[in-house]
Amino acid sequence: MDKTYYDPKDLKKFGNITELQPELGKKFFDYYGDVFKEGALTQREKSLIALAVSHAVQCPYCIDAYTSDSLEKGADETQMMEAIHVAAAIKSGALLVHGVQMMNKIDDLTM
Amino acid sequence: MLKERKISLQGQDHQLSHTDKQIAILEDLEQVSFSHRLEELGKSSFKPTSIDIFQVNLGKMCNQVCKHCHVDAGPDRKEIMTRETMQLCLDALDQSDISTIDLTGGAPEMNPDFRWFVEELSRRGKHIIVRCNLTIILASKKYNDLPLFFKKHKVEVVSSLPHFSARRTDAQRGEGVFEKSIQALKMLNNVGYGLADSDLKLNLVYNPSGAFLPADQAGLEAEFKRKLKDGYDIAFNELYAITNLPISRFLDYLVASENYEDYMQKLIDAFNPAAVDGVMCRNTISIGWDGYLFDCDFNQMLDLKLNHGAPNHIRDFNVDLLTKREIILNNHCYGCTAGAGSSCGGVTT
Repeated sequence: MDKTYYDPKDLKKFGNITELQPELGKKFFDYYGDVFKEGALTQREKSLIALAVSHAVQCPYCIDAYTSDSLEKGADETQMMEAIHVAAAIKSGALLVHGVQMMNKIDDLTM
Repeated sequence: MLKERKISLQGQDHQLSHTDKQIAILEDLEQVSFSHRLEELGKSSFKPTSIDIFQVNLGKMCNQVCKHCHVDAGPDRKEIMTRETMQLCLDALDQSDISTIDLTGGAPEMNPDFRWFVEELSRRGKHIIVRCNLTIILASKKYNDLPLFFKKHKVEVVSSLPHFSARRTDAQRGEGVFEKSIQALKMLNNVGYGLADSDLKLNLVYNPSGAFLPADQAGLEAEFKRKLKDGYDIAFNELYAITNLPISRFLDYLVASENYEDYMQKLIDAFNPAAVDGVMCRNTISIGWDGYLFDCDFNQMLDLKLNHGAPNHIRDFNVDLLTKREIILNNHCYGCTAGAGSSCGGVTT
Protein backbone atom coordinates (compact mmCIF):
# COMPACT_ATOMS: atom_id res chain seq x y z
CA MET A 1 0.00 0.00 0.00
CA ASP A 2 1.25 3.48 -0.88
CA LYS A 3 2.03 5.68 2.07
CA THR A 4 1.30 9.37 1.63
CA TYR A 5 1.21 12.36 3.92
CA TYR A 6 -2.26 13.41 2.69
CA ASP A 7 -5.45 11.35 2.56
CA PRO A 8 -8.68 13.07 1.44
CA LYS A 9 -10.58 11.07 4.08
CA ASP A 10 -8.60 12.84 6.80
CA LEU A 11 -10.43 16.10 6.10
CA LYS A 12 -13.53 14.58 7.73
CA LYS A 13 -11.41 13.95 10.84
CA PHE A 14 -10.47 17.61 11.22
CA GLY A 15 -12.88 17.98 14.14
CA ASN A 16 -11.00 15.25 15.99
CA ILE A 17 -8.22 17.69 16.89
CA THR A 18 -10.38 18.63 19.88
CA GLU A 19 -9.78 15.18 21.39
CA LEU A 20 -6.29 16.00 22.61
CA GLN A 21 -7.03 19.60 23.61
CA PRO A 22 -10.79 20.20 23.82
CA GLU A 23 -10.71 23.75 25.13
CA LEU A 24 -8.39 25.24 22.52
CA GLY A 25 -9.91 23.09 19.78
CA LYS A 26 -13.39 24.36 20.59
CA LYS A 27 -12.18 27.95 20.70
CA PHE A 28 -10.62 27.50 17.29
CA PHE A 29 -13.72 25.97 15.68
CA ASP A 30 -16.03 28.56 17.25
CA TYR A 31 -13.78 31.30 15.89
CA TYR A 32 -13.51 29.58 12.51
CA GLY A 33 -17.29 29.27 12.25
CA ASP A 34 -17.78 32.92 13.15
CA VAL A 35 -15.20 34.07 10.61
CA PHE A 36 -17.15 32.47 7.76
CA LYS A 37 -20.55 33.87 8.75
CA GLU A 38 -22.06 36.58 6.55
CA GLY A 39 -20.70 39.90 7.75
CA ALA A 40 -19.20 42.94 6.09
CA LEU A 41 -18.16 40.43 3.43
CA THR A 42 -20.63 38.00 1.90
CA GLN A 43 -20.18 34.26 2.44
CA ARG A 44 -19.29 33.92 -1.24
CA GLU A 45 -16.55 36.58 -0.98
CA LYS A 46 -15.15 34.84 2.12
CA SER A 47 -15.21 31.50 0.36
CA LEU A 48 -13.28 32.90 -2.63
CA ILE A 49 -10.72 34.49 -0.28
CA ALA A 50 -10.38 31.13 1.48
CA LEU A 51 -9.92 29.41 -1.86
CA ALA A 52 -7.17 31.84 -2.83
CA VAL A 53 -5.42 31.49 0.54
CA SER A 54 -5.74 27.70 0.30
CA HIS A 55 -3.61 27.83 -2.82
CA ALA A 56 -1.17 30.29 -1.28
CA VAL A 57 -0.59 27.97 1.67
CA GLN A 58 -0.85 24.94 -0.66
CA CYS A 59 -3.21 23.00 1.59
CA PRO A 60 -4.92 20.21 -0.39
CA TYR A 61 -7.59 19.77 2.26
CA CYS A 62 -8.49 23.46 2.07
CA ILE A 63 -8.44 23.42 -1.74
CA ASP A 64 -10.96 20.55 -1.82
CA ALA A 65 -13.11 22.14 0.87
CA TYR A 66 -13.21 25.65 -0.60
CA THR A 67 -13.62 24.50 -4.19
CA SER A 68 -16.83 22.76 -3.06
CA ASP A 69 -17.80 25.64 -0.83
CA SER A 70 -17.22 28.28 -3.53
CA LEU A 71 -19.46 26.34 -5.93
CA GLU A 72 -22.13 26.00 -3.25
CA LYS A 73 -21.94 29.72 -2.55
CA GLY A 74 -22.69 30.36 -6.21
CA ALA A 75 -19.23 31.27 -7.50
CA ASP A 76 -18.36 30.19 -11.01
CA GLU A 77 -15.16 28.72 -12.41
CA THR A 78 -13.95 32.03 -13.83
CA GLN A 79 -14.31 33.81 -10.48
CA MET A 80 -12.56 30.91 -8.75
CA MET A 81 -9.63 30.93 -11.17
CA GLU A 82 -9.35 34.72 -10.86
CA ALA A 83 -9.19 34.33 -7.07
CA ILE A 84 -6.25 31.95 -7.52
CA HIS A 85 -4.56 34.46 -9.84
CA VAL A 86 -4.90 37.09 -7.12
CA ALA A 87 -3.08 34.73 -4.75
CA ALA A 88 -0.49 33.97 -7.43
CA ALA A 89 0.04 37.68 -8.14
CA ILE A 90 0.61 38.41 -4.45
CA LYS A 91 2.94 35.42 -4.05
CA SER A 92 5.03 36.41 -7.08
CA GLY A 93 4.81 40.11 -6.19
CA ALA A 94 6.00 39.32 -2.69
CA LEU A 95 8.99 37.52 -4.17
CA LEU A 96 9.80 40.19 -6.73
CA VAL A 97 9.50 43.09 -4.33
CA HIS A 98 12.40 41.53 -2.43
CA GLY A 99 14.39 42.37 -5.53
CA VAL A 100 14.47 45.92 -4.19
CA GLN A 101 16.35 44.62 -1.15
CA MET A 102 18.74 42.86 -3.49
CA MET A 103 19.21 46.08 -5.47
CA ASN A 104 19.87 48.02 -2.24
CA LYS A 105 22.47 45.46 -1.27
CA ILE A 106 24.04 45.70 -4.72
CA ASP A 107 24.30 49.48 -4.20
CA ASP A 108 25.94 48.89 -0.81
CA LEU A 109 28.48 46.50 -2.22
CA THR A 110 29.35 48.02 -5.57
CA MET A 111 31.02 51.24 -6.70
CA MET B 1 -16.66 15.14 -16.28
CA LEU B 2 -19.27 12.89 -17.92
CA LYS B 3 -19.34 13.07 -21.70
CA GLU B 4 -22.50 14.37 -23.31
CA ARG B 5 -25.33 11.88 -23.71
CA LYS B 6 -27.28 11.29 -26.90
CA ILE B 7 -29.85 8.86 -25.54
CA SER B 8 -31.50 8.04 -22.23
CA LEU B 9 -30.35 5.43 -19.71
CA GLN B 10 -33.30 3.35 -20.83
CA GLY B 11 -32.12 3.59 -24.44
CA GLN B 12 -28.74 2.25 -23.33
CA ASP B 13 -30.40 -0.48 -21.24
CA HIS B 14 -28.36 0.92 -18.38
CA GLN B 15 -28.92 -0.81 -15.04
CA LEU B 16 -29.96 2.50 -13.45
CA SER B 17 -32.85 2.76 -15.89
CA HIS B 18 -34.48 0.21 -13.59
CA THR B 19 -36.12 1.83 -10.58
CA ASP B 20 -35.50 -1.20 -8.33
CA LYS B 21 -31.75 -0.76 -8.88
CA GLN B 22 -31.99 2.93 -7.98
CA ILE B 23 -34.03 2.21 -4.87
CA ALA B 24 -31.55 -0.47 -3.79
CA ILE B 25 -28.75 2.12 -3.90
CA LEU B 26 -30.85 4.70 -2.04
CA GLU B 27 -31.84 2.22 0.67
CA ASP B 28 -28.28 0.99 1.21
CA LEU B 29 -27.53 3.87 3.56
CA GLU B 30 -25.21 3.68 6.56
CA GLN B 31 -26.64 6.85 8.06
CA VAL B 32 -30.11 7.23 9.56
CA SER B 33 -32.87 6.80 6.96
CA PHE B 34 -35.05 9.76 6.01
CA SER B 35 -38.21 8.26 7.51
CA HIS B 36 -36.40 7.61 10.82
CA ARG B 37 -35.15 11.20 10.71
CA LEU B 38 -38.76 12.37 10.48
CA GLU B 39 -39.73 10.02 13.31
CA GLU B 40 -37.06 11.69 15.45
CA LEU B 41 -38.92 14.95 14.76
CA GLY B 42 -42.17 13.35 15.92
CA LYS B 43 -43.45 12.89 12.37
CA SER B 44 -44.05 9.15 12.20
CA SER B 45 -47.00 9.96 9.95
CA PHE B 46 -46.40 12.30 7.02
CA LYS B 47 -49.52 13.46 5.18
CA PRO B 48 -50.47 16.24 2.77
CA THR B 49 -51.86 19.52 4.03
CA SER B 50 -54.00 20.00 0.90
CA ILE B 51 -53.91 19.51 -2.85
CA ASP B 52 -53.25 22.88 -4.45
CA ILE B 53 -51.08 21.84 -7.38
CA PHE B 54 -51.89 19.25 -10.04
CA GLN B 55 -48.57 18.38 -11.67
CA VAL B 56 -48.96 16.45 -14.92
CA ASN B 57 -46.14 14.70 -16.73
CA LEU B 58 -47.12 14.82 -20.39
CA GLY B 59 -44.43 12.38 -21.43
CA LYS B 60 -40.75 11.55 -21.32
CA MET B 61 -39.92 12.63 -24.85
CA CYS B 62 -37.49 15.55 -24.92
CA ASN B 63 -35.23 17.26 -27.44
CA GLN B 64 -32.44 17.38 -24.84
CA VAL B 65 -30.57 14.74 -22.85
CA CYS B 66 -29.47 16.69 -19.77
CA LYS B 67 -26.93 14.91 -17.61
CA HIS B 68 -28.83 15.55 -14.38
CA CYS B 69 -32.33 14.63 -15.63
CA HIS B 70 -34.27 12.71 -12.98
CA VAL B 71 -36.87 11.79 -15.61
CA ASP B 72 -34.30 10.13 -17.90
CA ALA B 73 -36.02 12.02 -20.71
CA GLY B 74 -34.70 12.16 -24.24
CA PRO B 75 -35.52 11.97 -27.94
CA ASP B 76 -35.62 8.17 -27.71
CA ARG B 77 -38.33 8.06 -25.02
CA LYS B 78 -41.74 7.20 -26.44
CA GLU B 79 -43.90 7.42 -23.30
CA ILE B 80 -46.49 10.11 -23.98
CA MET B 81 -49.78 10.97 -22.28
CA THR B 82 -52.77 10.22 -24.50
CA ARG B 83 -55.71 12.58 -25.00
CA GLU B 84 -57.90 10.04 -23.16
CA THR B 85 -55.69 10.32 -20.06
CA MET B 86 -55.69 14.10 -20.41
CA GLN B 87 -59.50 13.95 -20.46
CA LEU B 88 -59.41 11.92 -17.23
CA CYS B 89 -57.24 14.68 -15.75
CA LEU B 90 -59.80 17.29 -16.83
CA ASP B 91 -62.62 15.19 -15.37
CA ALA B 92 -60.73 15.00 -12.08
CA LEU B 93 -60.13 18.75 -12.08
CA ASP B 94 -63.82 19.37 -12.80
CA GLN B 95 -64.70 17.64 -9.51
CA SER B 96 -62.17 19.58 -7.44
CA ASP B 97 -61.22 23.19 -6.79
CA ILE B 98 -57.53 22.73 -7.63
CA SER B 99 -56.50 25.93 -9.38
CA THR B 100 -52.87 25.41 -10.42
CA ILE B 101 -51.84 22.95 -13.13
CA ASP B 102 -48.12 22.35 -13.58
CA LEU B 103 -47.24 20.75 -16.92
CA THR B 104 -43.95 18.95 -17.15
CA GLY B 105 -42.10 16.29 -19.12
CA GLY B 106 -39.72 15.63 -20.90
CA ALA B 107 -40.56 18.57 -23.05
CA PRO B 108 -44.32 18.82 -22.51
CA GLU B 109 -44.72 20.77 -25.75
CA MET B 110 -43.68 17.66 -27.71
CA ASN B 111 -46.90 15.91 -26.73
CA PRO B 112 -49.16 16.19 -29.84
CA ASP B 113 -52.15 17.08 -27.63
CA PHE B 114 -50.27 19.66 -25.56
CA ARG B 115 -52.02 22.67 -27.06
CA TRP B 116 -55.45 21.06 -26.85
CA PHE B 117 -54.85 20.31 -23.16
CA VAL B 118 -53.66 23.87 -22.43
CA GLU B 119 -56.72 25.28 -24.23
CA GLU B 120 -59.03 23.06 -22.18
CA LEU B 121 -57.33 24.10 -18.94
CA SER B 122 -57.42 27.74 -19.98
CA ARG B 123 -61.15 27.46 -20.75
CA ARG B 124 -61.64 26.28 -17.18
CA GLY B 125 -59.81 29.34 -15.84
CA LYS B 126 -56.91 27.37 -14.39
CA HIS B 127 -53.52 28.87 -13.62
CA ILE B 128 -51.22 26.95 -15.97
CA ILE B 129 -47.48 26.48 -15.45
CA VAL B 130 -45.37 25.00 -18.24
CA ARG B 131 -41.89 23.73 -17.49
CA CYS B 132 -40.30 24.70 -20.77
CA ASN B 133 -36.69 23.80 -21.51
CA LEU B 134 -36.39 26.89 -23.79
CA THR B 135 -34.58 25.15 -26.64
CA ILE B 136 -37.83 23.46 -27.73
CA ILE B 137 -39.04 26.88 -28.93
CA LEU B 138 -36.23 26.83 -31.52
CA ALA B 139 -36.25 23.08 -32.18
CA SER B 140 -38.50 23.35 -35.23
CA LYS B 141 -40.82 25.85 -36.95
CA LYS B 142 -43.90 24.28 -35.41
CA TYR B 143 -42.70 25.40 -31.97
CA ASN B 144 -41.57 28.93 -32.89
CA ASP B 145 -44.96 30.43 -31.96
CA LEU B 146 -44.98 28.90 -28.47
CA PRO B 147 -44.29 32.26 -26.78
CA LEU B 148 -47.45 33.71 -28.37
CA PHE B 149 -49.43 30.56 -27.54
CA PHE B 150 -48.28 30.80 -23.92
CA LYS B 151 -49.19 34.48 -23.87
CA LYS B 152 -52.67 33.83 -25.26
CA HIS B 153 -53.44 31.50 -22.35
CA LYS B 154 -51.47 33.48 -19.74
CA VAL B 155 -49.31 30.43 -19.10
CA GLU B 156 -46.59 30.88 -16.49
CA VAL B 157 -43.31 29.74 -18.01
CA VAL B 158 -40.72 28.06 -15.78
CA SER B 159 -37.42 27.32 -17.49
CA SER B 160 -34.14 25.75 -16.49
CA LEU B 161 -31.00 27.79 -16.86
CA PRO B 162 -28.31 26.31 -14.64
CA HIS B 163 -25.95 29.22 -15.14
CA PHE B 164 -25.44 32.56 -16.84
CA SER B 165 -22.32 31.15 -18.48
CA ALA B 166 -22.34 28.97 -21.59
CA ARG B 167 -19.72 26.66 -20.13
CA ARG B 168 -21.73 25.67 -17.05
CA THR B 169 -25.07 25.46 -18.86
CA ASP B 170 -23.78 23.42 -21.78
CA ALA B 171 -21.90 21.07 -19.45
CA GLN B 172 -25.21 20.09 -17.84
CA ARG B 173 -27.71 20.44 -20.68
CA GLY B 174 -25.76 19.85 -23.91
CA GLU B 175 -23.53 21.74 -26.30
CA GLY B 176 -25.14 24.87 -27.72
CA VAL B 177 -28.02 24.86 -25.23
CA PHE B 178 -26.98 28.13 -23.58
CA GLU B 179 -27.00 30.11 -26.81
CA LYS B 180 -30.40 28.69 -27.84
CA SER B 181 -31.76 29.32 -24.34
CA ILE B 182 -30.71 32.97 -24.56
CA GLN B 183 -32.47 33.28 -27.95
CA ALA B 184 -35.62 31.68 -26.54
CA LEU B 185 -35.56 33.96 -23.49
CA LYS B 186 -35.35 36.98 -25.81
CA MET B 187 -38.36 35.66 -27.74
CA LEU B 188 -40.29 35.33 -24.50
CA ASN B 189 -39.25 38.83 -23.40
CA ASN B 190 -40.30 40.17 -26.81
CA VAL B 191 -43.92 39.07 -26.29
CA GLY B 192 -43.96 40.50 -22.76
CA TYR B 193 -42.77 37.62 -20.57
CA GLY B 194 -40.64 38.41 -17.53
CA LEU B 195 -40.96 42.18 -17.78
CA ALA B 196 -41.52 44.32 -14.70
CA ASP B 197 -44.81 45.82 -15.93
CA SER B 198 -46.23 42.56 -17.32
CA ASP B 199 -48.40 39.88 -15.75
CA LEU B 200 -46.77 37.23 -17.95
CA LYS B 201 -44.52 35.35 -15.58
CA LEU B 202 -41.15 33.94 -16.62
CA ASN B 203 -39.30 32.16 -13.84
CA LEU B 204 -35.94 30.45 -14.12
CA VAL B 205 -34.73 27.30 -12.42
CA TYR B 206 -31.17 26.90 -11.18
CA ASN B 207 -29.84 23.38 -10.62
CA PRO B 208 -26.23 22.93 -9.52
CA SER B 209 -24.22 21.55 -12.42
CA GLY B 210 -22.48 18.93 -10.31
CA ALA B 211 -22.25 17.23 -6.94
CA PHE B 212 -22.83 20.29 -4.80
CA LEU B 213 -25.77 22.05 -3.18
CA PRO B 214 -27.39 25.20 -4.54
CA ALA B 215 -26.30 28.60 -3.30
CA ASP B 216 -28.64 31.02 -1.52
CA GLN B 217 -31.64 31.54 -3.80
CA ALA B 218 -31.99 35.30 -3.26
CA GLY B 219 -28.31 35.93 -3.93
CA LEU B 220 -28.37 33.77 -7.06
CA GLU B 221 -31.49 35.51 -8.34
CA ALA B 222 -29.88 38.93 -7.94
CA GLU B 223 -26.75 37.78 -9.74
CA PHE B 224 -28.66 36.06 -12.57
CA LYS B 225 -30.75 39.21 -13.06
CA ARG B 226 -27.65 41.40 -13.23
CA LYS B 227 -25.68 39.10 -15.53
CA LEU B 228 -28.57 38.35 -17.91
CA LYS B 229 -29.55 42.03 -18.09
CA ASP B 230 -26.01 43.34 -18.57
CA GLY B 231 -24.89 40.56 -20.89
CA TYR B 232 -27.99 39.87 -22.99
CA ASP B 233 -30.67 42.43 -22.05
CA ILE B 234 -32.87 39.62 -20.71
CA ALA B 235 -35.36 40.02 -17.86
CA PHE B 236 -37.18 37.43 -15.79
CA ASN B 237 -39.30 37.35 -12.65
CA GLU B 238 -37.99 34.86 -10.10
CA LEU B 239 -35.24 32.28 -9.84
CA TYR B 240 -35.90 28.95 -8.15
CA ALA B 241 -32.85 27.20 -6.71
CA ILE B 242 -33.52 23.47 -6.79
CA THR B 243 -31.35 20.74 -5.30
CA ASN B 244 -30.51 17.80 -7.55
CA LEU B 245 -32.00 14.59 -6.17
CA PRO B 246 -30.00 11.35 -6.44
CA ILE B 247 -32.31 9.77 -8.99
CA SER B 248 -31.89 8.44 -12.50
CA ARG B 249 -29.27 10.28 -14.56
CA PHE B 250 -28.06 12.43 -11.68
CA LEU B 251 -27.68 9.25 -9.62
CA ASP B 252 -25.76 7.71 -12.52
CA TYR B 253 -23.49 10.76 -12.61
CA LEU B 254 -22.91 10.57 -8.84
CA VAL B 255 -22.06 6.87 -8.95
CA ALA B 256 -19.88 7.12 -12.09
CA SER B 257 -17.96 10.11 -10.72
CA GLU B 258 -17.58 8.46 -7.27
CA ASN B 259 -19.43 11.35 -5.65
CA TYR B 260 -22.49 9.42 -4.45
CA GLU B 261 -21.51 8.79 -0.80
CA ASP B 262 -20.17 12.32 -0.32
CA TYR B 263 -23.26 13.85 -1.92
CA MET B 264 -25.62 11.84 0.28
CA GLN B 265 -23.55 12.91 3.29
CA LYS B 266 -23.89 16.53 2.17
CA LEU B 267 -27.67 16.18 1.94
CA ILE B 268 -27.86 14.49 5.34
CA ASP B 269 -25.54 17.01 6.99
CA ALA B 270 -27.68 19.81 5.54
CA PHE B 271 -30.99 18.29 6.75
CA ASN B 272 -33.10 21.20 7.93
CA PRO B 273 -36.17 20.41 10.06
CA ALA B 274 -37.59 23.82 9.13
CA ALA B 275 -37.63 22.79 5.48
CA VAL B 276 -39.78 19.70 6.07
CA ASP B 277 -43.23 21.25 6.30
CA GLY B 278 -42.93 23.11 3.00
CA VAL B 279 -41.89 20.21 0.78
CA MET B 280 -43.98 19.97 -2.37
CA CYS B 281 -45.53 16.54 -1.73
CA ARG B 282 -47.62 18.18 0.98
CA ASN B 283 -49.70 20.25 -1.44
CA THR B 284 -49.11 18.59 -4.82
CA ILE B 285 -50.35 15.52 -6.61
CA SER B 286 -48.20 14.22 -9.44
CA ILE B 287 -49.77 12.47 -12.42
CA GLY B 288 -47.67 10.22 -14.61
CA TRP B 289 -47.90 10.03 -18.41
CA ASP B 290 -50.00 6.88 -18.04
CA GLY B 291 -52.36 8.36 -15.43
CA TYR B 292 -50.86 6.84 -12.30
CA LEU B 293 -50.71 9.08 -9.21
CA PHE B 294 -47.67 9.89 -7.13
CA ASP B 295 -46.72 12.14 -4.20
CA CYS B 296 -44.22 14.06 -6.31
CA ASP B 297 -42.30 14.03 -9.57
CA PHE B 298 -39.38 12.24 -7.92
CA ASN B 299 -41.52 9.42 -6.53
CA GLN B 300 -43.06 9.18 -9.99
CA MET B 301 -39.65 8.58 -11.55
CA LEU B 302 -38.89 5.94 -8.93
CA ASP B 303 -42.30 4.37 -9.66
CA LEU B 304 -43.34 4.73 -6.01
CA LYS B 305 -47.08 4.71 -6.64
CA LEU B 306 -49.54 5.86 -3.99
CA ASN B 307 -50.56 3.12 -1.61
CA HIS B 308 -52.14 2.74 1.85
CA GLY B 309 -55.57 2.65 0.29
CA ALA B 310 -55.26 5.93 -1.61
CA PRO B 311 -56.38 5.78 -5.24
CA ASN B 312 -53.34 5.42 -7.44
CA HIS B 313 -54.79 6.24 -10.86
CA ILE B 314 -56.40 9.39 -12.20
CA ARG B 315 -59.56 7.49 -13.16
CA ASP B 316 -60.17 6.96 -9.40
CA PHE B 317 -59.27 10.53 -8.42
CA ASN B 318 -60.75 11.42 -5.03
CA VAL B 319 -59.55 14.58 -3.29
CA ASP B 320 -60.71 13.49 0.18
CA LEU B 321 -58.94 10.14 0.05
CA LEU B 322 -55.83 11.68 -1.51
CA THR B 323 -55.63 14.39 1.12
CA LYS B 324 -55.65 11.72 3.83
CA ARG B 325 -52.96 9.62 2.15
CA GLU B 326 -49.65 8.70 3.75
CA ILE B 327 -46.77 10.18 1.74
CA ILE B 328 -44.24 7.59 0.55
CA LEU B 329 -40.74 8.40 1.75
CA ASN B 330 -37.30 7.16 0.82
CA ASN B 331 -33.77 8.48 1.19
CA HIS B 332 -33.92 10.66 -1.92
CA CYS B 333 -36.25 12.86 0.17
CA TYR B 334 -33.13 14.19 1.91
CA GLY B 335 -32.71 16.26 -1.26
CA CYS B 336 -35.88 18.26 -0.59
CA THR B 337 -35.00 19.03 3.04
CA ALA B 338 -31.35 20.06 2.63
CA GLY B 339 -30.38 23.62 3.46
CA ALA B 340 -33.17 26.04 2.65
CA GLY B 341 -35.25 23.15 1.27
CA SER B 342 -36.10 22.43 -2.33
CA SER B 343 -39.26 22.10 -4.36
CA CYS B 344 -40.50 22.77 -7.88
CA GLY B 345 -41.05 26.34 -6.65
CA GLY B 346 -37.55 26.69 -5.18
CA VAL B 347 -36.70 26.92 -1.49
CA THR B 348 -39.24 25.77 1.10
CA THR B 349 -38.16 27.93 4.05
